[in-house]
Amino acid sequence: MGYIIGKNIVRKEAFNKVTGTAKYTDDFITTGIYHAELLISPYAHAKIINIDIFEAVSSTGVKTIITGSDINVLCGPLLDDMPPLAKEKVRYHGEPVAMVVADCEQNAKAAVAKINVQYQPLQVVNSVLNALKENTVIIHENLQQYKKNVPDVYPEANSNICSHVKIRKGDQQKGWQDSEIIVESSFTLPQSDHAAMETRTAQCEILPNGRVIISSSTQAPFSVKEQINKTFQVPIGVIDVNVFFVGGGFGGKVPVQLEILAYIASKAVDGHAVKIVNNREKDMITSPGKIGLEANMKIGAKKNGKIMAAEMHFNVDCGGYAEIGPRIAKAIAVDCAGPYNIENISCDVLCVYTNHPVATSFRGFGHTSQAFCIERMLDKLAAALNIDPLEIRMINALVEGNYSPTQVKITLSNTGNFGECLNKLKTLINWDEGQRIEENNNLVRAKGIGCFIKTSDSPTNAISGVLLTFNSDGSINLNCGVVEIGPGMKTTAAQILAEKMKMDIGRIHVKMEVDTQTSPVHWKTVASMTTYMVGRAVLSAAEDLIRQLLNAAATVFKCAPEDLEVADEKVFLKTDLQTYLTLKDIVHGYQYQNGNSVVGQIMGRGSFIMNQLTFLDKETGLGKAGPYWTVGAQAVEIEFDTQQHTYRILKAATVVDAGKVLNPKTVKGVLMGGMCMGLGLGTSESFIYDTEGIVQNTSFRTYKMMRYGENPDYLIDFVETPQIDAPYGSRGLAEHGIIGIPAALANAISVAAHVDIINLPITPEQIWRLKAGVQV
Amino acid sequence: MLAFSEKSIVKLNVNGENVTVMINPSYTLLHVLREELGLTGTKPGCENGDCGACTVLVDGWPIKSCLMLAAEAIGHQIVTVEGLKNAPIQKSFVENWGFQCGYCTSGFLMVCHALKNIHPDANDFVIEQWLQSNLCRCTGYGEIKNAVKAVLENRI
Repeated sequence: MGYIIGKNIVRKEAFNKVTGTAKYTDDFITTGIYHAELLISPYAHAKIINIDIFEAVSSTGVKTIITGSDINVLCGPLLDDMPPLAKEKVRYHGEPVAMVVADCEQNAKAAVAKINVQYQPLQVVNSVLNALKENTVIIHENLQQYKKNVPDVYPEANSNICSHVKIRKGDQQKGWQDSEIIVESSFTLPQSDHAAMETRTAQCEILPNGRVIISSSTQAPFSVKEQINKTFQVPIGVIDVNVFFVGGGFGGKVPVQLEILAYIASKAVDGHAVKIVNNREKDMITSPGKIGLEANMKIGAKKNGKIMAAEMHFNVDCGGYAEIGPRIAKAIAVDCAGPYNIENISCDVLCVYTNHPVATSFRGFGHTSQAFCIERMLDKLAAALNIDPLEIRMINALVEGNYSPTQVKITLSNTGNFGECLNKLKTLINWDEGQRIEENNNLVRAKGIGCFIKTSDSPTNAISGVLLTFNSDGSINLNCGVVEIGPGMKTTAAQILAEKMKMDIGRIHVKMEVDTQTSPVHWKTVASMTTYMVGRAVLSAAEDLIRQLLNAAATVFKCAPEDLEVADEKVFLKTDLQTYLTLKDIVHGYQYQNGNSVVGQIMGRGSFIMNQLTFLDKETGLGKAGPYWTVGAQAVEIEFDTQQHTYRILKAATVVDAGKVLNPKTVKGVLMGGMCMGLGLGTSESFIYDTEGIVQNTSFRTYKMMRYGENPDYLIDFVETPQIDAPYGSRGLAEHGIIGIPAALANAISVAAHVDIINLPITPEQIWRLKAGVQV
Repeated sequence: MLAFSEKSIVKLNVNGENVTVMINPSYTLLHVLREELGLTGTKPGCENGDCGACTVLVDGWPIKSCLMLAAEAIGHQIVTVEGLKNAPIQKSFVENWGFQCGYCTSGFLMVCHALKNIHPDANDFVIEQWLQSNLCRCTGYGEIKNAVKAVLENRI
């Protein structure tokens, strides 16, 4: 090891991205393409009485207008509960109601304005609390009739519950009996948006020979194929999904929504190419965002700080449709204890329909919300017992030999060393100077800690693959189904290949685009699983290449393949390094001096499938959800003004057990980006609804994200406990920077202001209300 | 004063070249750059002036091209990311890991490039005032800060 692993490698597409030449889905300007424009619901919950398209249909340039009554399908990744265009009723503000297909964007928009929809407003379920009340309004009357696409989703009849995940570990009764102190609290966290800078977009054309050609800004091109196949019974082999660069995903580009609408639109105009592009407002509410969460937590502990029992109720606000919500509920359950060893756990996670915009995967996949609750609980417990917050985490830190909430045995390889992360964090954030320091001018400097543990909740049979071909100069083409959404995973794949082949990464050419007809299947570019999954496939493909190269050279040298070795684009005789063949002379076949040729073209195939994963037991959660965990400890340092209740963020710190840091600058980049996004959630990001469930902040003018200069100084350190089955020991960590940060911020502010923060985002107004005891 | 009421042929100066385009009076500069001239390095992000992804230079000043009509650009020098041509800021963004997905990058490059030309001695406060116009969702802005400072301090 060490040929190229651990070095700063500039991403392959870097110069294309600083010259404007890197192409994203909507950058292919095509004349003659039709535009589809959506009419969206102005109500959060209403019956559709009538849709009058008479005037719109004769508007200039209009090709067709489609409404929910024209389409007789339901879709969804887990539960088929969602019509592509609302049918009979709307369930959230922003839901698509009608779609105009016209010759250009302007004409499509003009026609949309001419559609007249009559609604009858229904009572709005504006919170999870309301959704779970007895005799509440039922959002999906036919919940039990929906087709399940996976076995482990559990809708409950006559309720707004679309799934329920349970963890029952240990002996609850004993745990509470052994507890000498009990801490209880509830938490409410809002929905928010991914706000990737590129809004979601899709194009579809159906060719006369039946091929369905889709281009999309998706993280999951192979899911697009599956959804179109499943929803419209189009043979999966004729569907071709093309993905170029994607302008940020963060989980928001996993759902298949605009692709389905683009297919419907194209089908309605005899297969003509149609494109649909979200404007920012629709991207925020019509397409899915991040879950909201309400939680009730109870923790019992010994006076020495050791946690004996936990009872947790998490209610996930998934909005009007299930989307991937039940999986997020599962993810919260799987890691409900955080990076701590809790022997006795009872945890119930409900995935709950409301009349809010639909939620989907978002960086951290529910863990940021879950971590907020458990990390606030740890600080409350520490305060109640007068134990240092860092120390109480150390006392309860998960170690080798413990069992996870779903009763998987923890090893150093499958989890890493959380205690060591805490140790390093202590130094990094200068914890020993004190958690709360009073300074001049009413200022207080304070620190808070938030930690994380995360595994993936992928299908138990998720796969990845790699194809390698040679150019005649001996350089390699690398083809995989991973989408380049930002974290540089294509370059990581090349780096892993360069290390294995012991060759210059500049001689590895990565296919940036994904074309599902020619790229090997990669489950989805999600869950911080790319390096692990595609990395394993790269190694397997490289081994395939090396085996063939050795055999080819053995034929030429008339020796055994074991006597040879591949490096620097040569195959050497181990005993005589001066005797070698250069790859370029054998990769497309070896030609003897007399013209005879042997071997033929050498190509590498690599494959990976998740192994040993299981479904979780419905009643106890027993089972293995993901292949490994990544753990880490984070902290935020703030400067709080005790008079104004305002604060500045001075520092944000992360120590993560990376297993092995492959590309330091890239890894630090994704961690800093995660921390920044976490500070956004902590300080300002949330959907604000009025009393009728209408989202009030659907633009970047009113939905506030972190801007340049509001960011703190970032501190990053690593622990490197190798993950034995991962490429060069490296764990996934692309999401993880975000997870503990809102909790760390809340812990810092709680200490600085002497308040109990249980909601996000933390505005000066919220702090003032808590201090002054003023209710909203 | 210029007055248009329907589609008209106008001359624009983009990246140092005079180009002739057919525009509607309602076309934004962003639309014309992308759809009519194929200069897709300039990105739509919000089309509301909030994110800065569409920033171009107009007579050397950073302007959000979603908020400017193409007709207003007549007689002015427009520079897009395609017109930067090996500006130090481009190299600096690469060397400092100033981007990930790359979608906001063109806009940031244009703001930074103009800042260097207009305020070569910009201090942290001025840099912040200028760069707050743009949003990046991937980085934590730390790398962008390093990139712009490297250029201002002539380290690239």
